[in-house]
Amino acid sequence: MVEFRYRTDEVTEQPSVTLDAFLDQSNATAVRLEPDDDARALIPFLDRLTLIEVAFPKFRDGRGYSAARILREAGYQGELRAQGDVLVDQIAYMRRCGFDSFAPEASLNPDAVARALASYDHAYQGAADSAVPIWKLRHG
Amino acid sequence: MYKYDNYDQAMVDARVAEFRDQINRRIAGEMTEDQFKPLRLMNGLYLQLHAYMLRVAIPYGTLDSRQMRMLAHIARKYDRDYGHFTTRQNIQYNWIKLEDCADILEELATVEMHAIQTSGNCIRNISSDQYAGAAADEVTDPRPWAELLRQWSTFHPEFSYLPRKFKIAVIASPEDRAAMRLHDIGLELVRKDGELGARVFVGGGMGRTPMIAPEINPFVKADDLLSYLEACLRVYNRYGRRDNMYKARIKILIHEIGADAYRGQVAEEFAHVKTLGIDPPLAELERISAFFAPPAYDAANVEPDRNDPDFALWLDQNVKPHKQAAYAIVNISLKPIGGIPGDATSAQIDVMADLAEKYSFDELRVTHAQNIVLPYVAKRDLYAVWQALRDAELADANLDLISDIIACPGLDYCSLANARSIPVAQKIATRFADMDRQRDLGELKLKISGCINACGHHHAGHIGILGVDKKGVENYQLTFGGSGAEDVSIGKIIGPGFDEDGVVDAVEKATEVYKALREGDERFVDTYRRVGLEPFKEAIYG
Repeated sequence: MVEFRYRTDEVTEQPSVTLDAFLDQSNATAVRLEPDDDARALIPFLDRLTLIEVAFPKFRDGRGYSAARILREAGYQGELRAQGDVLVDQIAYMRRCGFDSFAPEASLNPDAVARALASYDHAYQGAADSAVPIWKLRHG
Repeated sequence: MYKYDNYDQAMVDARVAEFRDQINRRIAGEMTEDQFKPLRLMNGLYLQLHAYMLRVAIPYGTLDSRQMRMLAHIARKYDRDYGHFTTRQNIQYNWIKLEDCADILEELATVEMHAIQTSGNCIRNISSDQYAGAAADEVTDPRPWAELLRQWSTFHPEFSYLPRKFKIAVIASPEDRAAMRLHDIGLELVRKDGELGARVFVGGGMGRTPMIAPEINPFVKADDLLSYLEACLRVYNRYGRRDNMYKARIKILIHEIGADAYRGQVAEEFAHVKTLGIDPPLAELERISAFFAPPAYDAANVEPDRNDPDFALWLDQNVKPHKQAAYAIVNISLKPIGGIPGDATSAQIDVMADLAEKYSFDELRVTHAQNIVLPYVAKRDLYAVWQALRDAELADANLDLISDIIACPGLDYCSLANARSIPVAQKIATRFADMDRQRDLGELKLKISGCINACGHHHAGHIGILGVDKKGVENYQLTFGGSGAEDVSIGKIIGPGFDEDGVVDAVEKATEVYKALREGDERFVDTYRRVGLEPFKEAIYG
């Protein structure tokens, strides 16, 4: 269940299909990526996708962070959802990598999530979000 | 030295608040230990055999007297009055209470220090040459580059849940004092057509599968470096093995697909990443470099008086030439005979801080060999420095000799260890306590690990000792011929292992073979490489 969503458009009702299913008959608008799927396989189809769900079966498996950045770097504008073993203290990093909705398996405390997202005013490095890296703030 | 601006300070302050909140949630039971573990690890907090251990970052091993005094203060107030300097140029406290952690981090933050990313599967503290800024053979000071990397890697959103930990070293001299090619990424700064850039080595490491990093790129320009490293890391994050934690380091990926295939994948990723604008302008490297401007050297070139024989021995062994003729680099040995390698008491840490403030332009370094360096001491002050060190029992003149042993904490502290390291180090040092004998043996790097994870760098020892558990009994394997320097190599196991006393005897026999066979000014490792294992094996097992 989507517990946190940081976008204002309509939620996609269509259930997401696997990457293989999508590549076979690509009229779906929602896809689910497993950790070992290659996010770049979706790049030719980004325009027609409204939801990409990235699975985190274990929070320690960080491949989904790269998948998210790759999709955003390729210009994907639709919903990018982290689903699975998503914990409070990962949400800020996930936001920076381009995720804008979260479906954690175990429900999260909204106050804790809000605090985690507000912890840092700035970031050292550029990523997929709009944060201006500190080096750029220093050099105008 | 680098000084935080408001942005840097806000980062560490925010981290303290965040970690305090995480600890509170753990204590309140809102998080399981399994969920808390990766969070505390990213703050350098381990649960060891007897207590929590806190590892504090000392970026590229550089610190000032104020920071050094803070380390003493923490040892005194929150631990048992000592700290342990590590092979990654950090400091560890072995007896920390969970409920004190946030306060400790808050105190550290007041002197621009932290424990960020000193553990966990993220980019760890950047290490470097302890002689940076003082070495005559450097093409540039590597520390501004290390600081640039520190900032880039801090809270990196994409690379904080890597397959495994990730260690980066930066050097800028042909002589490698940082075991650069035994890191996940080793950078050697070089000059090409007048321009500075980095030679990039990827996929080195020790642990259970030691590997020497192959060169992946001969020259990456300064303003491409972060993009290039992002590409290196992204390929690893996506394709590094996650099915087996013992095969998850980047060295295994590169070994399995080959350096050429990895190089190709990185090149492709780099071509893309470079378009994202994530490289700071050279002005940022220049801003950082200004903090590392050479100190105001003003001493007259006065050679020290060598009348005191103990002082003269220390001068010859522990004091190294400086790029400025009137100055010297002082190595402070944390390897007293019979002591615990890398340990220093709060009082000793304070003495070293005082000496740095008075005699070394307020700077100290921690070395990967678990010693301390005063990088800028005027030669005229060497005798005064030595006297103060002697009074604090810090004047052991054994740098790079057989008793200058690297040892991990081993089974005395560590929950991963199979065997004790410290008592073996103590016994070997005691066996060779006679300084004339040690000096006669010359440079002999002996390194001890208490388990296969190789924190004591045994693979890189001229003589390496690996503690294993053999049916419930501690057993020690010997390796010869390793090196972490520019002649980098991985030591080879010489034969069946020994018990604790047996390994000390075997080391002694090896030194006798060396003395009998050495030619000219060959070091132990040179003789071993020339004559091979056989004569040693015969003497030890024969």
